[in-house]
Amino acid sequence: MSARRIFARPARFAAIAPYVWMVLFFLVPFAFVLKISLSQTAIAQPPYEPIFDLTAGWNALKAAFAALSIDNFRLIGSDDIYVFAYVRSLTVAITATALLLLIGYPIAYGMARLPKRWQAVAMVLVIVPFWTSFLIRIYAWINILQHDGLLNQILLALHLVSRPVVWLSTDTAMYIGIVYSYLPFMILPLYATLAKMEPVLEEAASDLGAPPWQVFWLVTFPLSLPGVGAGVLLCFIPVVGEFVIPDLLAGSNSLMIGQTLWLEFFTNKDWPVASAAAIVLLVVLLLPLLLYERLQKRQLEQGR
Amino acid sequence: MRKIARLSRFNVASLALGLAFLYLPILILVIYSFNASRLVTVWGGWSLRWYHEFFNDRAMIEAAWMSLRVAVSSATIATLLGTLAAVALSRGERFRGRTLFSGMLYAPLVMPEVITGLSLLLLFVALNAERGFWTVTIAHTTLTMCFVAVVVQSRLGSLDRSLEEAAMDLGCDPVRAFVAVTLPLIAPAIVAGWMLAFTLSLDDLVIASFTTGPGSATLPIRIYSEVRLGVKPEINAICTLVIALIAVVIVIASLASKLSSSQGESAAPL
Repeated sequence: MSARRIFARPARFAAIAPYVWMVLFFLVPFAFVLKISLSQTAIAQPPYEPIFDLTAGWNALKAAFAALSIDNFRLIGSDDIYVFAYVRSLTVAITATALLLLIGYPIAYGMARLPKRWQAVAMVLVIVPFWTSFLIRIYAWINILQHDGLLNQILLALHLVSRPVVWLSTDTAMYIGIVYSYLPFMILPLYATLAKMEPVLEEAASDLGAPPWQVFWLVTFPLSLPGVGAGVLLCFIPVVGEFVIPDLLAGSNSLMIGQTLWLEFFTNKDWPVASAAAIVLLVVLLLPLLLYERLQKRQLEQGR
Repeated sequence: MRKIARLSRFNVASLALGLAFLYLPILILVIYSFNASRLVTVWGGWSLRWYHEFFNDRAMIEAAWMSLRVAVSSATIATLLGTLAAVALSRGERFRGRTLFSGMLYAPLVMPEVITGLSLLLLFVALNAERGFWTVTIAHTTLTMCFVAVVVQSRLGSLDRSLEEAAMDLGCDPVRAFVAVTLPLIAPAIVAGWMLAFTLSLDDLVIASFTTGPGSATLPIRIYSEVRLGVKPEINAICTLVIALIAVVIVIASLASKLSSSQGESAAPL
């Protein structure tokens, strides 16, 4: 008991270095995004009007506060490009998450049914692709989906199509890319809850005469809901802000918000608007982020 | 009661299809990197031509070297800071600002990379920092230390605390008890955390694009600009080399964790 308390004080000191680091490189940069999202665009380097100049004294500071404007946010709210980009990001994320759940669930379920020894092997097999580079995995699909790529060659050889199908620069390609990249994120939390489930429960239900689909819907699925929630959030949140996959696999006629932010920043060099777009993106994600944080915390505390 | 896993035909099929889906594209990529033909889609026999091409590509090699340096240094700093953070969170009990601290550690895990990258760039510009190796390293450290913290924290959470308490009852001061008892026990998690940080850094495109300066591109940035122009067999060769490197890292990580867990279970040498 007392030992535990003695241990607590040096452990607290351990927080100092990471704490300072995170404040410096996470919290402060955030304040910068907020600040610049409220300032005017300028043709300069850096391309925005500076707002706070602490050396200029109190009056200058007051004047600076008066110069803050929400014009960038107004622009985002009224410009169709941004509204469409947000709507598209949410639609893509919802569709992709649904696909991931549909594809990931049977795999996780199969894993949970394996003999214990094989479960560990299957888990490693699911995690390993997650360790290989994101970009490489997308590139692998470009190889397959390109005009004279493997997929078209197979389809032609089997006489399923008479001409090569255009796969690249379509939403289909993008969804394949997203599902491929995020599948481990969906499978692992699902597997974790399914593997913990007592098989006795399912057996009891089927002994009492429930057909397999009813066993699944009335027993298995409801019990796996925590895993479903974790998997859905873990996929949905990053997909909303996704940049690389839509950029390389989808067409360029409708952009997701991550892409417009990138474009605004690197091509149009409009940093204030890009910052405002980032703030809005964060606000959109706030609810799922908070939900996820709570889930994560509860899991860590359960593990204790 | 013996549990008999009942694998239905549906289970087996979905497992097989799922694993094929996960592995076939990478396998195809690797196979085509050994293709002698310039056309990616025509098989012209086995050859190491594209590897040769890569090793003569100065810009690519420089980018690869930059990525490796960033990955090793950021993973090392991140492991140090992340482990400290995990210890503070799981052993420090209540301290002022704890909620903010854990919030800051969880947020980057799920935050869209474009936002993290943008915010760090704005900071570096405001500080007038020269962008290049150090800015990318700092950015990657900020992201990956959170992953290290989560990995180490979950290991710390599952440890039996009475071991630490016993060491202190026997006269160790807390720091000594930590170094002699706790540290060996969480070593596998620390190694795993380092490996995770290393691969995440090696992999990152978005944050590096924001935080690097002209003339110091990382490997993913170079690959990305090449890929936008279309498929090139040389890229297949580079990707295969990266996959091989990561495979080696995974094998070392799992060996290390096996070794230290079999040691740690029996006794921690004082």
